[in-house]
Amino acid sequence: MEYLAIIIGGIFINNYIFSRFLGLCPFLGVSKQVETATGMGMAVIFVMTMASAVTWLIQNLILVPLHLEYMQTVAFILVIAALVQFVEMVIMKVSPVLYQALGIYLPLITTNCAVLGVALLNAMEGYGFLQAVVSGAANALGWTLAILLFAGIRERWAFIDIPPSMQGFPIALVATGLMSIAFFGFQGLFRGILF
Amino acid sequence: MMEKMLRTFYNGIIPENPTLRLVIGMCPVLAVTTAVVNSVWMGLAVIFVLTASNTLISLLRKFIPDKIRIPCFIVVIATFTTIADLVLAAVQPDVHKILGVFVPLIVVNCIILGRAEAFASKNPVHLALADGVGMGIGFTLAIMVLASIREILGSGSWFGIRLMPAGFEPATVMILPPGAFISLGFLLGTMNLVTARLAVRTSRSKQKSSSCAAHAGLEG
Repeated sequence: MEYLAIIIGGIFINNYIFSRFLGLCPFLGVSKQVETATGMGMAVIFVMTMASAVTWLIQNLILVPLHLEYMQTVAFILVIAALVQFVEMVIMKVSPVLYQALGIYLPLITTNCAVLGVALLNAMEGYGFLQAVVSGAANALGWTLAILLFAGIRERWAFIDIPPSMQGFPIALVATGLMSIAFFGFQGLFRGILF
Repeated sequence: MMEKMLRTFYNGIIPENPTLRLVIGMCPVLAVTTAVVNSVWMGLAVIFVLTASNTLISLLRKFIPDKIRIPCFIVVIATFTTIADLVLAAVQPDVHKILGVFVPLIVVNCIILGRAEAFASKNPVHLALADGVGMGIGFTLAIMVLASIREILGSGSWFGIRLMPAGFEPATVMILPPGAFISLGFLLGTMNLVTARLAVRTSRSKQKSSSCAAHAGLEG
C-alpha cells in the first residue's frame, strides 16, 4: 500500500513537471517531437532510477555514518555526473542500438534538476532503499508521461496561427499551465484511500 | 575598463536577462514565486553563488584543463551553493524550509553553469564579476516581478502587506502551480510584444547606432 502511494503520488499527484517544477529545461527544450520526447523520457527513467539507488547508498553508507550530511549537494552532483558518464560508456559497449536512441540525451541529463531533485527529496523523506528506487522510477515515469503528452499537443499547434509575440516559450508555458490544471484534478482523487 | 564593466553588468539585467530573454533556469523561477519575500531570498542566494563562482572560475581559467572543465565548474558551484544553503538555513530558517529543495538545486541551474562556460572561463576577473552581479540581479528582478503578479492576484498582498480591499476575492489558482505557468507565459509574451514595438520604433527613427538596432531587431 505504501509503495502504491509512492507510485500514484509520483506519477499523478506530485508530478515533477506539473506540481513540483523539476526538470523544466529538457521538458521545454526537447518536446518538439514525440520521437525525441520518447528518447529523452527513456533516458530520464533509466538515470533517475539508477541515481536514486546510488545516492541512497552514498547517503546512508557514507555521509550519515561519517556525519557529513552537509556535503550532500557536492557528493550527489559528482556521483550523478560520474554515473551518467558511466552509463553512457556501458550502453555504448553493450547495446549500440540503445546508444543510438539515447546517446545524445544522456549528457544533457547531468544538469537536469529532476535527477538531483529526486535524490535530495528521497533523502529528505527518509525513504528506505526500495522506497527510494520505487520513488525514482515512479517520478521519472510521471515526468515521461508529462513530456509525451506535451509533445503530442505541441506537434499539433505547429499549424495554428499564434500571435507572433506569444510564439515559442510563452505559448508553451500557457499550455503547460492548462495541463497543470488538468493534473490538479488528481490532488483529491485518492484522499482517504491511500493517504 | 569601468565602462566595459558597466556594460557587462547592464547586459545581464535587460538585453540578456537570463529569465525573460534567454529563458533558462526556469525551475526555481516557477517554484519560488508564490510570495515576493521568498523570491527575494532565492534571488540573493543566486546572486551570491553566481558572483562567487564566476569570479573564482575566471581566476582559475588558466589552470583548469579544457577536457575536465565541466566537472571542475560543478565542484566550484556546488561548494558555493552549499555555503548559501547553510547560511540561509541559519539566517532565515522559515524561508529555507519553504524554498526547500530549490536552494541545493542552484547547483544544476543552467544560468550558473551557462555563465561559467560561456563567460567566466573566457574573460578577465573584473568582467566575470560584473557579469555575475548583473545576471544575478537580472534573475532576481525577473522573479520579483513574477512573484509580485502572483502574490497580488493570488493572496491580495505584496511583501505580506494587504493591498487589496476587504471585498477582494483572491484568485487562489495564481499561487498554485498552474498560475505560475500561465502568468510566466503571459509575462514573456508581453516582454516580446514590448521589445518588438521598441525595435520597430528604433528602426524607423534610426537615431540609435546601427549595432543597437540590429541587436533589438534580432530579438524581436
